[in-house]
Amino acid sequence: MRGATHAKWAAGAAAIALAATACGSGGGGGGGGGGSGSGIVSSSWGDPQNPLEPANTNEVQGGKVLDMIFRGLKRYDAKTGAAQDMLAQKIDTSDSQNFTITVKSGWKFSNGEAVTAQSFVDAWNYGASLKNNQKNAYFFGYIDGYDKVHPDTGTQSADKLSGLKVTGTDTFTVKLNQKFSTFPDTLGYVAYAPLPKAFFNDHAAWLKKPVGNGPYSVDSYSKGSLMSLRKWDGYPGTDKAQNDGVDLKVYTDNNTAYTDLIAGNLDLVDDVPASQLKNVKSDLGGRYINTPAGIIQTLAFPFYDKNWDKSGSEKVRKGLSMAIDRDQITNTIFQKTRTPATDWTSPVLGKDGGFQDGLCGGSCTYNPTEAKKLIQEGGGLPGGQLKISYNADTGSHKEWVDAVCHSVNNAMGNDKACVGNPIGTFADFRNQITQHKMSGPFRAGWQMDYPLIQNFLQPLYYTNASSNDGKWSNKDFDKLVDRANAETDRAKAVSLFQQAEGVVRDNMAAIPLWYQNGSAGYSDRVSHVALNQFSVPVYNEIKVS
Amino acid sequence: MGRYVIRRLLQMIPVFIGATLLIFLMVNVMGDPIAGLCGERQCDPATATQLRKEFGLDQPVWQQYLTYMGNVFTGDFGTAFNGQPVTELMGSAFPVTIRLTIVAILFEIVIGITLGVITGLRRGRPVDSGVLLLTLVVISVPTFVTGLLLQLLLGVEWGWIKPSVSPDAAFGELIVPGLVLASVSLAYVTRLTRTSIAENRRSDYVRTAVAKGLPRRRVITKHLLRNSLIPVVTFIGTDIGALMGGAIVTERIFNIHGVGFQLYQGILRQNTQTVVGFVTVLVIVFLVANLLVDLLYAVLDPRIRYA
Repeated sequence: MRGATHAKWAAGAAAIALAATACGSGGGGGGGGGGSGSGIVSSSWGDPQNPLEPANTNEVQGGKVLDMIFRGLKRYDAKTGAAQDMLAQKIDTSDSQNFTITVKSGWKFSNGEAVTAQSFVDAWNYGASLKNNQKNAYFFGYIDGYDKVHPDTGTQSADKLSGLKVTGTDTFTVKLNQKFSTFPDTLGYVAYAPLPKAFFNDHAAWLKKPVGNGPYSVDSYSKGSLMSLRKWDGYPGTDKAQNDGVDLKVYTDNNTAYTDLIAGNLDLVDDVPASQLKNVKSDLGGRYINTPAGIIQTLAFPFYDKNWDKSGSEKVRKGLSMAIDRDQITNTIFQKTRTPATDWTSPVLGKDGGFQDGLCGGSCTYNPTEAKKLIQEGGGLPGGQLKISYNADTGSHKEWVDAVCHSVNNAMGNDKACVGNPIGTFADFRNQITQHKMSGPFRAGWQMDYPLIQNFLQPLYYTNASSNDGKWSNKDFDKLVDRANAETDRAKAVSLFQQAEGVVRDNMAAIPLWYQNGSAGYSDRVSHVALNQFSVPVYNEIKVS
Repeated sequence: MGRYVIRRLLQMIPVFIGATLLIFLMVNVMGDPIAGLCGERQCDPATATQLRKEFGLDQPVWQQYLTYMGNVFTGDFGTAFNGQPVTELMGSAFPVTIRLTIVAILFEIVIGITLGVITGLRRGRPVDSGVLLLTLVVISVPTFVTGLLLQLLLGVEWGWIKPSVSPDAAFGELIVPGLVLASVSLAYVTRLTRTSIAENRRSDYVRTAVAKGLPRRRVITKHLLRNSLIPVVTFIGTDIGALMGGAIVTERIFNIHGVGFQLYQGILRQNTQTVVGFVTVLVIVFLVANLLVDLLYAVLDPRIRYA
């Protein structure tokens, strides 16, 4: 709390006067709910935006829960990010297009139902079907028959994906509509989780109290305030919960969660508020985690606007990239919880996974004089002024956008070269983006779905891809991605993706800003706390002392 | 009296319709909420269309409004984006905020009026100046500063309270948040009472009462205070609505899952159903509180009659 020392005595006196009148009647009234049982970890949580279904959850808060109560065919190693077999006995393919999946036998849902091949096929069919409104439906887009189950317009002509066939209790086959060599590695994503019969039989009841096959089961769920998860003793996996359970408490504000942690009422905060980053070391000492996550922030451009898509404009974009002092902004505004980006993926992929430190080269190095020269060579800023759009409601984007503009203004030697363009709500911001109303660069963030270089490139830069918000299109890039997906050899596929990333660089399709870290703080009651590469705590590893 | 109440109740109908329509239009002007539902990526067009249909967002606004009002009269306030009926959200949020408001109003009445009477009777004395100075400080310091400071001092430094309120939000836990919420209004109540008391002290009926030889206590409570309370009651009455709707800051600081929290979430997610539903109820609360205040006048001052 900045400035508290000054105001402390003056306001403290007022506080005592006010409190003196109140606390006689029992100001210490704690009530129930705060303190958890002995082996239970209490953790901060945000109210999930969507109903908690595997194929309908696309944000971190809901994902956190699903990660605790579900296990899929694959699971990403918390440290390396490598996709490892979980429920998958084996996944065979000879042509990168037809896969035979064998599910390990003996697994059960926490209500006693067995997990079979059918549990997966039912879940995937449900997720893909248009009538179920699942927001992650596009994950099944590679499976044959998706266009029938989930057409772009009109009503669906089939209820089931024709590419999925159950061939035995524990086996099923998947036929894709194109070659996709790294498809098995995507199966760790929660949208591919199996679902029990109970989900289909009584959907409303299931949503009230989800049942999965993970190390935890839901003990109670009061929407908007608290979810109690308890260790499921019948869990057959090797990654059993090391604690008795987790209480996820919804906080109205992450500052309050942090205060609760400091006061000893909470064990884990997985989102340290920006305003507290200065104090976090003195408050928590070694109990603060700041590790890279698979998140990159970029500035995207509206390529549907002719001003941004004429010859020479790539020089303007490169110039702008050079005009941004990434080091200074990540140090001062983000207190080193972001790392200046030097490519378009994330360090969590590792060298083998396709991360290439310094791929961006000089274009991402701060160089104001060269920046000004390049921008002028490219025909100057379109419209004479740069407006960077961002949503002002969450995420304190204003601070860094202003800093980026300041940096650009300095490079251009013009106070009005760049201004921030705040948009009131996230919904409206997304609205203007999807309706192609942007006239200048806008804030873009990408959190990976699975740790694959494919996930950092294809959805964002492939022609008409789902998250290609700037409508960038490049034939060379598309060709390289197609070839990479068809490649059965993993190393070769990665290198082809890297070549495709080279095309992104040469055109500066988006300006990479910084990689984001996950930050968390925890109490001295718990140990073995770590964040995985999605910046979600690895709850089942946490030990309570 | 009965006719007056009926007339007032009838007047509420146009206010109610106007207020909901305004809120409805305002939330709609902000654009398509579905766009924000899919996070940083674009919803696939088919799912987006489907969702829009499900929430009725594909209809023209006037039709949406008519359907909405039609549903409201059958007690259906629609569904929030997370699949919960809005009435369920209200069921969990309103009791909490009502408790918080009760605590705040009690503080205003007990502390505010007591201090006001004391200072009003002792005008110009040190007590008076001291309380005036204190109220000035309270009024000038924003609620979030008072809230965060109390939370830091009482919750973290001294450990007297828990910094955050648990989901059940019992009365005991709401004392400090209630005080924070009440603080500014409390200062106004003190000042209002003080001025009113000081003024009426010199009036004829008080002089008569004193001259009749009535005990001081009776003069103050029955004659002086009763008449002086009219402006104060007006203020507290309108404050009920203001406190319930304006609890956003306090609720955020102390992690109270009340109306403020739900409204804030609703606005962030541009959830028309949640926002309009909650505001509608708040409008009703405001109107009823005002009616009660007007009726209380007659109790305080028998000269006031309603025809």
